[in-house]
Amino acid sequence: MKAYEKVVAARANNRFTALDLIGSVFAHFMEMHGDRRFGDDKAIVAGIAYLNTTPVTVIGIEKGHDVKERSMRNFGSAHPEGYRKALRQMKLAEKFNRPIICFVDTSGAYCGIGAEERGQGQAIAENLVEMSGLKTPVISVIIGEGGSGGALALSVANEVWMLENAIYSVISPEGCASILWKDSTKAREASECLKLTAEDLLTLGVIEKIIPEGIDAGNAALIDTLKNELADAVKKYSAMSRDELVEHRYNRFRNIGQI
Amino acid sequence: MLIPNEMPDELSINCPRCKKALSPDELVIRLQICPYCRHHFKMSARQRIHMIADPGSFVEADTDLEPRNILGFPGYDKKLKAAQLQSGERDSVVSGECTIGKLPMGLFIMEPNFMMGSMGRVAGEKITRTFERATKKNIPVIGFALSGGARMQEGIISLMQMAKTSGAVKKHSDAGNLYVCVLTDPTTGGVTASFAMEADIILAEPGALIGFAGPRVIEQTIRKSLPAGFQRAEFQLEHGFTDNIVNRRHQRKYLFQLLQFHRQQSYDKGASV
Ligand SMILES: [Zn+2]
Repeated sequence: MKAYEKVVAARANNRFTALDLIGSVFAHFMEMHGDRRFGDDKAIVAGIAYLNTTPVTVIGIEKGHDVKERSMRNFGSAHPEGYRKALRQMKLAEKFNRPIICFVDTSGAYCGIGAEERGQGQAIAENLVEMSGLKTPVISVIIGEGGSGGALALSVANEVWMLENAIYSVISPEGCASILWKDSTKAREASECLKLTAEDLLTLGVIEKIIPEGIDAGNAALIDTLKNELADAVKKYSAMSRDELVEHRYNRFRNIGQI
Repeated sequence: MLIPNEMPDELSINCPRCKKALSPDELVIRLQICPYCRHHFKMSARQRIHMIADPGSFVEADTDLEPRNILGFPGYDKKLKAAQLQSGERDSVVSGECTIGKLPMGLFIMEPNFMMGSMGRVAGEKITRTFERATKKNIPVIGFALSGGARMQEGIISLMQMAKTSGAVKKHSDAGNLYVCVLTDPTTGGVTASFAMEADIILAEPGALIGFAGPRVIEQTIRKSLPAGFQRAEFQLEHGFTDNIVNRRHQRKYLFQLLQFHRQQSYDKGASV
């Protein structure tokens, strides 16, 4: 598939969402709400679940399926309170030694008046700083769209994976095309330039793994792979000391695109 | 005929705020501040070093870091060359160490004349190294943020600079060191969403545009025009995202006093420069 076909696939209306995957990969997901400061952002879901028999903290960016759900979820574009809710759950995970697993699917953090008034930039920045110091394993999986800072705010992890048809980019292809050629309809060309496919990012050393999606109707193969890979990763990183985990995560980002 | 001391129209600069005609040399003397309305014009990184550091104390670091077109992005090589010519810098950050009132610190300043301070791999690396050096030496870091955001032409690698710099800020902070960031016009995008908003003390220049999304993007998203003063420094102070607004004229003294306050915590631990 060409880069732009991946963009289309990652955004497809009938694609599985974070909650779909959470429901099948984990057991007994209990959702927790609110950032304890302002509100409960429905673009981000967070809670506790079992990965096989291990309790884990699960955080997902949820886009919703139909029009009604999508607007309730703000199309998966979080406000500052969403990132703060996620961070609250991550700090609890650290306290109780639970590994953290994030499913990322967003076109980006929301751009609006309320989001700016409540410090969208500050909320993302705080997640980047605090995640870099989390003394518990963190695995992030880009399951659809990985849109810029809004995706990175849940992706300062020990390993970052992408599903086969997911994309991860600093800017949307449309945004890039309109800056570059003053023409947002040239998104196809921009998609190629941005190197946003899972294969590109594996080559660039930005992700550790590509999870094949398969083509079966219920995504059974994908769920199986995801479950097994996550279990292996949790086992691997749980063997590290709390300080080693932090050092490992620091070096991971320190070495990307090394000069 | 030109009358001495009278400025020909072609050489004057109109203040974007009060529209008065100003002479460029007068602006240099006045720290690029309009004498009529105090509008803060953009200021180059080198001018800022003159403005805040003890004379001759600045020692620049990482001057060998050169940006490259890592993704083979169309037109980027040309853009880099033009930016280098326009700014006289290799990339958008000037960094190193200096003293203010003899107190040592790490310093990074973003350059408006280099692609409006956009953050790519070199900028992120220079800022990260500034924090790493300061952590080793137990000295504070002072930063001047100015950026249109992440550098699109470096794709995902520019996004990764946000995580990299944030990790370095965290280590510096965990070791008990002070970090002060001054937000200047404009501070937006990935820079706001990383090290600019991560300082212990966040200051802003009067009237500076500070936000995550740029005003045009927000207007397109919400299909409404934004109220006057939206995302300006005064708005950020009102909403609790900066500690203070400090006019350029007072910055050196203000920063010195902050360094003094934190002296015991930092320098007396055995700092050396
Ligand atoms: Zn003026």
